[in-house]
Amino acid sequence: MEIRSREFKQRSVFAIHDANLQSALDRARDGFIGTRAARAAELPEFEQLREEAKGLKNHILEHLDHYLEKYEAAVTAAGGHVHWARDAAEARRIVLEICKRHDAKTVTKGKSMISEEIGLNEALIANGMEVVETDLGEYIIQLAEEPPSHIIAPAVHKTKKQITELFAAHHDRPPKTSVPDLVNEAREMLRGKFFAADVGITGGNFLIAETGSSVIVTNEGNGDLTQTLARVHIVTSSIEKVVPTLDDATLLLRLLARSATGQETETYTTFSTGPRREGDIDGPEEYHVVLVDNGRSKMLGGRFREMLRCIRCGACMNHCPVYGSVGGHAYGWVYPGPMGSVLTPLIKGLDNSYDLPNACTLNGRCASVCPVKIPLPDLLRELRHMQHQRELSPPTQRHALALWRFAATRPKLYHFGERIATRALALAGRTKGRIRRMPFAAGWTDTRDLPAPTGKTFIDQWKARRGQK
Amino acid sequence: MTSAREAILGAVRASLGRGALDDAQRAELDARIPAHTRPAQDEDPVERFKRKFESRSGTVVRIDSADQIVATVEAYRAAHDLKKKIAVGGALRELKWPRGWHKHHDPAGIDEALSLTTCFSAVAETGSLVFASGPDNPITHNFVPDDHIVVLEAKQIVDRFEDAWALLRKRDAGMPRATNIVSGPSRTADVEQTIQLGAHGPRRVHVILIG
Repeated sequence: MEIRSREFKQRSVFAIHDANLQSALDRARDGFIGTRAARAAELPEFEQLREEAKGLKNHILEHLDHYLEKYEAAVTAAGGHVHWARDAAEARRIVLEICKRHDAKTVTKGKSMISEEIGLNEALIANGMEVVETDLGEYIIQLAEEPPSHIIAPAVHKTKKQITELFAAHHDRPPKTSVPDLVNEAREMLRGKFFAADVGITGGNFLIAETGSSVIVTNEGNGDLTQTLARVHIVTSSIEKVVPTLDDATLLLRLLARSATGQETETYTTFSTGPRREGDIDGPEEYHVVLVDNGRSKMLGGRFREMLRCIRCGACMNHCPVYGSVGGHAYGWVYPGPMGSVLTPLIKGLDNSYDLPNACTLNGRCASVCPVKIPLPDLLRELRHMQHQRELSPPTQRHALALWRFAATRPKLYHFGERIATRALALAGRTKGRIRRMPFAAGWTDTRDLPAPTGKTFIDQWKARRGQK
Repeated sequence: MTSAREAILGAVRASLGRGALDDAQRAELDARIPAHTRPAQDEDPVERFKRKFESRSGTVVRIDSADQIVATVEAYRAAHDLKKKIAVGGALRELKWPRGWHKHHDPAGIDEALSLTTCFSAVAETGSLVFASGPDNPITHNFVPDDHIVVLEAKQIVDRFEDAWALLRKRDAGMPRATNIVSGPSRTADVEQTIQLGAHGPRRVHVILIG
């Protein structure tokens, strides 16, 4: 999908004034935060499991080559095929080639963020295939011709009324208004697609080296119908998703649903191991896995390695006040919220996504709920530092920071400046105790008043008090 | 020309600051036994399975012996006013059906409404059923019909997922092509966060628990 992260500010303004979006976001936030906390509280071992999951992911990353080779051998032994893709273009080519070889006309898809990252839908559609998203939320936004952006609840920003209108426009049936009727209508519409599909594409929440299995979790069962009923099942997954054994996957699964949707487990967890076997009367005839690198092997070497622990649960965005105010679309690419604000600049370039690391308030809630303890605020700060060093930040900001640094490293000068500024601000706000407008800070004072200081700096007050003692 | 595979593995190793691992190092990794914390559980596994499974809108009926399976299915059919047509897993081929019933052992078709299957195991931890695909256990039976009835013997219920994996590893056929862990009926909350059962998979999952 096309990156539009440069438009973050503009999109945020629209998002904040979109009443439907705001009510949807409020509802979602309250739900996800409460249910996650409840599920975590029910499991006394939850914090211990987080620490172990962090250790497990670090172990995997340290030996990633070994586990990938082992996984590949196990898939091959089960009769499947593993393909390696250095970047998005290579991944698209591999999937397209498989689809063309099977003369695919209809392709069903389970929700997969990596397929969005590599721009798969557009490539298949450009080659004349019908691509149907089968997760209900993804299906809704596909009808709305919106790019996906929420990971956990793709249509979280759509109201029932909007869904009614979308279905009425696309399904050629009388409009439905109740939730059950809407879900049933989608079920009926998609059933035919599952059975007609030539190729079914899913992601992989985990890849198990021990058994050569790809794992997906869903609540709807759409991913299972996608991979069971098509003649060919293609898994797209990024290289860091590999785990050594079934027991290791279990540790991460115990954290995934609880962190994501606040469920003890998702309804369906499916391990797929190769194609239909002798004697089987259903299941796909071919099984392919496309392992996508797309920058991850490089990320492994630098200070952002910790980001590769991410299991895509979405807890960070569910708990992020910025995401909660502007929604996923404002972020302008596949991955939104705190994890996206780290991943997007790393995958798509620092200059394509300048605002994302800077939109963070560094309140730290994302890190406090991350099941694999990724220090997201630290990584965001690191990205800001890199932007500054590469002179990607606006010149006024860089000059202001340079000036501040010049002063801050000279304490006498700094305190002198501070005294002047504090007195000036106190004067400016002397009538009401607050400042309505301030030059160079219109971004703040346009929407609120700045509380005026009392006229004395903290250090002056400190010294005065100490002197009294 | 370097293949993508070699390029990616090479880049991974370069980032890790080392070359390929030697045989001894690989053997050590292969010998690693994961020893993660397993959540404590002191409830009777059968009771826990039932409680957890029902908490997610699954239903359970307990019977004494396999002789009662067909009568139990008939009672379920009548209660939900379903047609007497059923897809039955090959493992239950020997069951005798009363007159008027149409049963088959083929994959579930697009209009399939009711299926009866066995399962491989069940996990008390989360109240989940484990299915292993195979000639007698077509995977479509688990996902296509509106109503899925599952025969489970009490002795098949294990405490935790790790116990189920140990059983899978002991199978002659090894890891099944598809291992489905099912924790209740299909559901979605995609429309205004309202839980709705029967998104794409079964609307109801009913367990006949023997013993």
